[in-house]
Amino acid sequence: MTGYILKRLVSAIPVLLGITVIVFLIMAMIPGDPATAILGSYATPENVEKLNRDLGLDQPLVARYFIWLGNMLTGDFGRSFALNRPVIDEVLDRFSATLVLAGTAFILCAVFGIIAGVVSAARQYGFADKAITFAVLLGISVPSFFLGMMMILIFAVKLRWLPVSGMFAIYGGGDLPDLLNHLIMPALALAVVATGVVARLSRSAMLEVLRQDFIRTARAKGVGERDVVWRHALKAAMVSIIPVLGIQAGFVLSGAVYIEMVFQWPGVGRMLVDAILKRDILLVQGGVVFVAACYVLFNIAVDVAQSLLDPRIKT
Amino acid sequence: MKKFFQLLLRNRLAAAGGVAICFVVILALITPLLPLQAPNVTNTANRFQPVFAEGHLLGTDHLGRDMLSRLLWGTRLSLAVGFSAAIFAAFFGAAIGIVAGYFGGRTDNVIMRGVDMLMAFPYILLALAIVAALGPGLVNALIAVAAVNVPFFARNIRGVTVGIAHKEFVDAARLAGLSDTRIILTEILPNVVPVIVIAMSTTIGWMILETAGLSFLGLGSQPPQADLGSMLGEARSALITNPHTSVVPGVMILIIVMGINLLGDGVRDALDPRLRSGALTRPMAATVVQRKGAVPAPHAGGVLTMTDLETQFHVGPRIYKAVNKVSLNVAPGECLGVIGESGSGKSVTALSVMGLVASPPGVIVGGSIRYKDEELIGARYTTLRRFRGDRVAYIFQDPLATLHPLYKVGDQLVEAIRVHHPVSRAEAWKRAVELLKQVRIPNAENRASTYPHEMSGGMRQRVGIAMALANDPDVIIADEPTTALDVTVQAQILSLLDDLRRERGLAIVFITHDFGVVGQLCDRVAVMYAGRIVEEGPTDAVLAAPAHPYTRRLIACVPELGEGRRRLEAIPGLPPAVDRLEPGCAFAARCTKKEAACVTREIELARAGPRAVRCLYPETDLSREAAE
Repeated sequence: MTGYILKRLVSAIPVLLGITVIVFLIMAMIPGDPATAILGSYATPENVEKLNRDLGLDQPLVARYFIWLGNMLTGDFGRSFALNRPVIDEVLDRFSATLVLAGTAFILCAVFGIIAGVVSAARQYGFADKAITFAVLLGISVPSFFLGMMMILIFAVKLRWLPVSGMFAIYGGGDLPDLLNHLIMPALALAVVATGVVARLSRSAMLEVLRQDFIRTARAKGVGERDVVWRHALKAAMVSIIPVLGIQAGFVLSGAVYIEMVFQWPGVGRMLVDAILKRDILLVQGGVVFVAACYVLFNIAVDVAQSLLDPRIKT
Repeated sequence: MKKFFQLLLRNRLAAAGGVAICFVVILALITPLLPLQAPNVTNTANRFQPVFAEGHLLGTDHLGRDMLSRLLWGTRLSLAVGFSAAIFAAFFGAAIGIVAGYFGGRTDNVIMRGVDMLMAFPYILLALAIVAALGPGLVNALIAVAAVNVPFFARNIRGVTVGIAHKEFVDAARLAGLSDTRIILTEILPNVVPVIVIAMSTTIGWMILETAGLSFLGLGSQPPQADLGSMLGEARSALITNPHTSVVPGVMILIIVMGINLLGDGVRDALDPRLRSGALTRPMAATVVQRKGAVPAPHAGGVLTMTDLETQFHVGPRIYKAVNKVSLNVAPGECLGVIGESGSGKSVTALSVMGLVASPPGVIVGGSIRYKDEELIGARYTTLRRFRGDRVAYIFQDPLATLHPLYKVGDQLVEAIRVHHPVSRAEAWKRAVELLKQVRIPNAENRASTYPHEMSGGMRQRVGIAMALANDPDVIIADEPTTALDVTVQAQILSLLDDLRRERGLAIVFITHDFGVVGQLCDRVAVMYAGRIVEEGPTDAVLAAPAHPYTRRLIACVPELGEGRRRLEAIPGLPPAVDRLEPGCAFAARCTKKEAACVTREIELARAGPRAVRCLYPETDLSREAAE
């Protein structure tokens, strides 16, 4: 197993390099002089020149890439101009907040999505199936930012059950109950779309599996219907559900940007939007590379989970 | 095509989605013609008018602009941007996919590596990076959304193209000396277009949502121009005081995306042949029973007795009579062979016993199946479950498909035991290893911890037999258990089954299409054709002097060792479809002795002593044989 994990880690290296190349190339598309773009049109020529030197922009493209890559490998993602602080510090601060939000949403979407999908498949064409199918359709059609706003309106403003926004109360907050209190709405709003997708896929994966011969074998053995569905069928269906969970992790991680805006959640998505609007290029670059790299590593974990589930995968 | 639209319309939700989308699209198209107020004229004195305010049907926003007008213009913009993004993504994605799929080799490798890299990004993050580089703006948001969707199209289209690129007509075009460009445009593209359209219909909702999302973040359309996303973004600051400015554009996005999704699902379902044929329907825990007549009295004794069993498949308006009044019985220690071609109903007969016929579409409509004194047709599920695997056990064909791929074989045996007996796991495991030894699996202790895919076909079939023996059943129903195996392994398995029935007094129902196998193992044999028994009798007698022409022809299909005095004969033609059976003998169409009387009325199964035949002109006179 360790060997397999190592092998997957090694195979991730070209992907990670590819990600840095893509981000670098995208950022190199910036029209005009980045230093002027960053400093604004009133910048003095000296400052522009200094910044160009700091960014290494006086070097040729390929050299610039390797300098940038080398710096990142030593943990130096550059400095944010707007915030005047090292990019990596800011990204790490913000990423932990996003991780709390996206991680919770991911767990919610996996648990509820799979349960809904299995129930739906087990009661195909029954009332539960129709209700779930409709809820799923609604769930995958509603924009998460609109849903979040409506939740604020109902649960925070009208009913006053939950705080309107933020990650902690401004006064006297900061403990775990306070965090959970602030987390409920954004995590739910973020999870809804992904839950719908997972439920939909789980349903069709289950229906596919329930027709398989080994399900008939389980029934022929006298295994009860609940075990047939929740153990025999679900275990086999997980083989096709797990990769979708991996994709959904990417959706909640990046879709968190909308929710962070709506709920004033101090996460990396909101940081990126602010940085884009302020043309804080290094912060955008560093943030995107960091989050994408984390996602690649997460997908390795997904592959490992898959290999633990399915002995047919050669480890 | 007509059928496709009929299917689409029958799906009421899809039709509703289609109507909603058409309505919104038409509204967006005629927006410039409608007597609306200018969408961008501010009037701060008149700000935040509520819905249904005079002159403003949907109220006004924070700058006093008419919401209805802004909503329609915004919808127009959102739709235009979403559609354009979908078209761009489809165009470039398809181009990349076709090139990669058509040329293959290194081109394919390099392109698909790049696509994989792009897909390694969390989706929206890449769009953010592109907007960051190009700067905020609606066109840039459109480019970003289109760009992040290109890999999806490229991958899909490549897959389809690879399938087409090696078809005969493409090879023919190549041999005719057409250029690659010509081939791609005239041979490949027309075949790929439907896939592109379907992929677009499933993604366009996403693209509208994503462009709206970027606008919501302030990275898309810039004021005063507004699409639905930026309307929502601007309204956010007034969410608490004036929620209608948020609700109006939000609901519109919801309607559009939901309509597209409903329609897209409908299109997908209408095109999916598996859904049409009911191949994605979940089979029930037990076969549905819709008995029409009374329960017939058992026709004979035995540990398992079927009398006039009728099992059908109800698919749409069609009724397939898979098992048509079949009566069989088997005594303890006896082996009954049931033989017939594929589709003769022999497997369905076997599966009907424990209610294992997939249902829908399977329905048991009549007859009686008795295990000892218990009637099984229409018995409660709990009763059936109690017997399944405990008193009546199955061995299936193709153990690679019939064993669970993700559980160790030992665990699958343990489960078979523990479902019926409250023993500890360790004890059950010990018994499982014992069972594996009984079916002569070498090194059973270690083998118990392996997965089915790690075993050979013969070993897997032994596991299947061990599982059937787990609870020392009275009856084993073996459904073509040796068909997938090679001849030596087949012989071993048959002798194993033979030993077991002698040692334990098992009753075996052995389903097969091979008379050679029947001759080795079975005491009696029943021949099935088109859902009916056409001949029955002691194996030796039937083999020596078959009475039904079909039986004779079937025996002639078995190759003989040695001189080969006999010609190996195939039976010309195919068995009839069991949804349109003509009256009379179902074999008549393939029979060389057919007379007019054969197809005018039902022919009874005529019994004479231990034998029976359903034929007006049997090959052997059974009553004379019985008298002798």
